[in-house]
Amino acid sequence: MSEKKEALFSKKNLKLIKDPLDDNNPITVQVLGICSALAITVQLKPAVVMALSTFFVMCTANVVVSLMRNMIPSRIRIIIQLVVIATLVILVDQTLKAFVYDVSKELSVFVGLIITNCIIMGRLEAFALANTPWKSFMDGLGNSLGYALPLIVVAFFRELLGAGTLFGYPVLERLGLYELGYENNGMMILPPMALVTCGVYIWIQRMRNKKLVEEN
Amino acid sequence: MKIFRNLLNSVKPHFEEGGKLQKLYPAYDAFETFLFVPDHTTKFGSHIRDAIDLKRSMMTVIIALLPALFFGMWNIGNIYYGAIGEEAEFFTKFSYGAIKMLPLILVSYIVGLTVEFAFAIYRGHQVNEGYLVTGLLIPMIMPISIPLWMLAVSVIFAVVIGKEVFGGTGMNILNPALTARAFAFFAYPAHLSGDKIWISEQQTMPDGISGSTPLADYASGDLVYESSMFIDYFNGSMIGSCSETSTFAILIGAAMLIITGIGSWRTILSVFVGGYFMGYLFNLWGANEFMNLPPHVHLVLGGFAFGAVFMATDPVTASSTNKGKIIVGFLIGIFAVLIRVFNPAYPEGMMLAILLMNVFAPLVDHYIIEANIKRRLKRAKA
Repeated sequence: MSEKKEALFSKKNLKLIKDPLDDNNPITVQVLGICSALAITVQLKPAVVMALSTFFVMCTANVVVSLMRNMIPSRIRIIIQLVVIATLVILVDQTLKAFVYDVSKELSVFVGLIITNCIIMGRLEAFALANTPWKSFMDGLGNSLGYALPLIVVAFFRELLGAGTLFGYPVLERLGLYELGYENNGMMILPPMALVTCGVYIWIQRMRNKKLVEEN
Repeated sequence: MKIFRNLLNSVKPHFEEGGKLQKLYPAYDAFETFLFVPDHTTKFGSHIRDAIDLKRSMMTVIIALLPALFFGMWNIGNIYYGAIGEEAEFFTKFSYGAIKMLPLILVSYIVGLTVEFAFAIYRGHQVNEGYLVTGLLIPMIMPISIPLWMLAVSVIFAVVIGKEVFGGTGMNILNPALTARAFAFFAYPAHLSGDKIWISEQQTMPDGISGSTPLADYASGDLVYESSMFIDYFNGSMIGSCSETSTFAILIGAAMLIITGIGSWRTILSVFVGGYFMGYLFNLWGANEFMNLPPHVHLVLGGFAFGAVFMATDPVTASSTNKGKIIVGFLIGIFAVLIRVFNPAYPEGMMLAILLMNVFAPLVDHYIIEANIKRRLKRAKA
């Protein structure tokens, strides 16, 4: 081979992880997977479990599809991608049901809906079909982290302000805020505030990162 | 006034280009134009300017709000002394209410204007005048017993999320004052509805004093309407948010707005007509006691009149075509009564009705303008 072998953690590969965290974030820049992001961010625990599940599904699916990329006829590639994702999601779903039943109940239909999460399909179509397994894995890792980051930040604020807890631990009560007359903000638990919190996240991100601001 | 002028002139160079405090120019500009009619001249295009600028027209609205505000102060005292069973002079009641009300107004203005100034300086635009009215409206539509920090949080939410994210005064989709109330309503429901909040210092009173609003009583079926109650409702000596109760005082304000041309009579009138129409329809249906409430009573209960006169007419969020004003106003009236009667969880439908129609106003405008263009095209062809 005349081509020089690329190092595992070359700059190009690391960029695959870094990019989706900020410049090309799947939720706040591409605005994909918004539905699940709004629905499961009421508390931190389901958000973290959701992020982990998506992480597993996305990385594995990316690698699997990338391994098969030369065998997949392009006419039926969507179906094959769906089969891969669906298999993985069922694995995750059953695992959750077996080991953390209460969280699985809380997430309810949204674990199953990982199948329809546009981020995963998007990465398979746009990246895994045309790249080597290792690169696809890095891409999956980066994008699932990019999905997890806003999810957890939003869930952190919604649980803290809406219920006064973090992972179910009553932080504000321990701080003694309630005795001062503080009360939980019931609006943070309602879906509209997920949208507003997400919006504020995007606002702050675009204030920091001027590249994202369109010229007009 | 001369002192102010001299003072402003002496500090002006610091704020102009090249001065030390150039960054703070928006703050300076806000004070100057607040105190004096600005001497700016137009640079391009049309050279005719109306003497009335945004600050003057906002002041007109504030003056129109005063009757309702003063009545509200008296009413707070009246309800309080009525609840503890004491007789009191007119001025005792009034000053009691004024003392209760002032902290709310102060908090609203200080917090809101701080946010406005911060944004103006950060973005380098003029301080928006819109908050002069919003800042007074917010305390007027809150219950008297709301904790001050909740008011502050609601104000921050309304100014930042309701207004500044869209680009400041004139760009907002929703009425900021109602955004503040809606935020407080959903965030702290125990402090915004129920029967424990409308009378000040109820916590310290002996048990047995119920303080729910007439609307809540009608919704729960505890109260049966008699025609003698109408005059009380109209005058406003009933329980409710600080200044929304007196339809009479609000109508004085409405007259001022209509005469000066600041408020649109089309909106005000069509809101009332819409409410009456819906109340009348419910009368014909008459499935329960609340539906049988005579339609004109709906118009004087709760925040209906206040919303119609001071909220629905907000020039930014209302429809901007004349036909649109009538359509949107009519629908506000309909939805307000509909929500009241059908949804006992929201005894006051006015807030939600106005916010809903704020969202639809641009759509209504769009179709009216489109229709107009089509009609004229047709005429040109013919």
